[in-house]
Amino acid sequence: MIEDIEINDIRYLCHIVQEKYNYDFSNYAISSFKRRILRVLELFKIENMAALNEKLKTEPAFFKIFINEITVNVTEMFRDPSLWRELRDKVLPNLFSTHDTIKIWHAGCSSGEEVYSMCLLLKENGWLHKSKIWATDIDDNILAKAKDAKYPMKNMAEVNEKNFIRYGGKGKIADYYKEEGGFAKMDTSLVEGVNFRIHDLVRSGVFNKFDLILCRNVLIYFNQQLQNDVFRMFHESLFNYSYFVIGSKETLIWSDIASKFITVNQEEKVFKKVKE
Amino acid sequence: MTIDKLNIDKSQFKAVVIGGSAGSFQVITKILAEISPAFELPIFMALHRLKHVRHGFVEALSIKSSKVIIEPEDKETIKRGIVYLAPANYHMNIELGNKISLSTEEMVNNSRPAIDLTFETASYVYKNKIIGIMLSGANRDGAWGMKKLKGRGGFAIVQDPKECIIDTMTTAVLNITNVDLVLKTDEIIKFLNNLV
Repeated sequence: MIEDIEINDIRYLCHIVQEKYNYDFSNYAISSFKRRILRVLELFKIENMAALNEKLKTEPAFFKIFINEITVNVTEMFRDPSLWRELRDKVLPNLFSTHDTIKIWHAGCSSGEEVYSMCLLLKENGWLHKSKIWATDIDDNILAKAKDAKYPMKNMAEVNEKNFIRYGGKGKIADYYKEEGGFAKMDTSLVEGVNFRIHDLVRSGVFNKFDLILCRNVLIYFNQQLQNDVFRMFHESLFNYSYFVIGSKETLIWSDIASKFITVNQEEKVFKKVKE
Repeated sequence: MTIDKLNIDKSQFKAVVIGGSAGSFQVITKILAEISPAFELPIFMALHRLKHVRHGFVEALSIKSSKVIIEPEDKETIKRGIVYLAPANYHMNIELGNKISLSTEEMVNNSRPAIDLTFETASYVYKNKIIGIMLSGANRDGAWGMKKLKGRGGFAIVQDPKECIIDTMTTAVLNITNVDLVLKTDEIIKFLNNLV
């Protein structure tokens, strides 16, 4: 089995993917991207990079699988419970004090755990019918999973439920799913109003304007140049005085748009756009 | 071999990477307390920790240390003399171009942060200019990463299993890698301070 990949091999793979499918991976962060490729080689027992490149060139169906494996789809409901409290107690009340309805974008929503968290929070606080939500991802396979919303019971019990309790929800998370053969099947009526759609942060650009954008632990897979481009796109996608949330260990301080935001909560990485 | 007789060119090293798990907290605390304030190499630490506790670890490690210890943010620039601790629930990667990147990928060896990933990426960047140190721990995380580090010419140190509170991790390293030194905590500190 192949032990390591040369940077040149990664560049060539990016070139092929760009030419044939018009996806641009050339500005993904190298170490995790390399690891994802090694993972694909191992999973599908592909001998070397040349064989992988050939498969990508000749099998469009394999490219779809490739996208699914390259992207990181590890997520949790109510990850960082203290952020969800900040949203419930400060950010959303602030928005609803001046808006009848708000528009929310979950960018890079993966298998949907965060979307369900948001809808559950909104529902518990009587805001769900006043919120329009878009949930996007680069990968249509994972979007299908988000809509279907069947999460392994093990995750539900060991991660999601514990987070929910730390967040301090009103009800019980168990009220929102049914156990089906080792899976927690979420009550999909929660996300009835959610618009799930394909969106590639690298090339799809602005498609609407929002009062709240959440993009947590997605841009960490990009290099700084690409992060900067995407930050600008988010800035353009936000109304003035609206909110932007990134992962707890992400920052926009060095980016071009840093001066157009103020920090609302440094710990939870909540920012507010204050300049067009 | 005793460390006094080692013939090491101080300038050959550019970074240190340390892995630890159960039983390593006291060791790490002692190293950080007794390491010279003049120690200039960046130190990357991947230590197993509770995933939902974001606060307190840096503070606890800082109490007795004069070093600046931080949990880096994504794409943080690596600076001399700083100790970088992998944040809770993130893997910590060392990148070309003097940056640290974080990742929420799948757990490795049931761990996030995974010692293997920090060791692998750090040794990829620093090649033969890195020192890897593995401390006490109760699983096998880090063994593969240390093997990579040694294979790329890095300098491999393992805490003496006889001194470890739990020796699973150090033994796992020793089983697959011919390391450079097996040292007790005091000797690890002496080794590092000799580089100043």
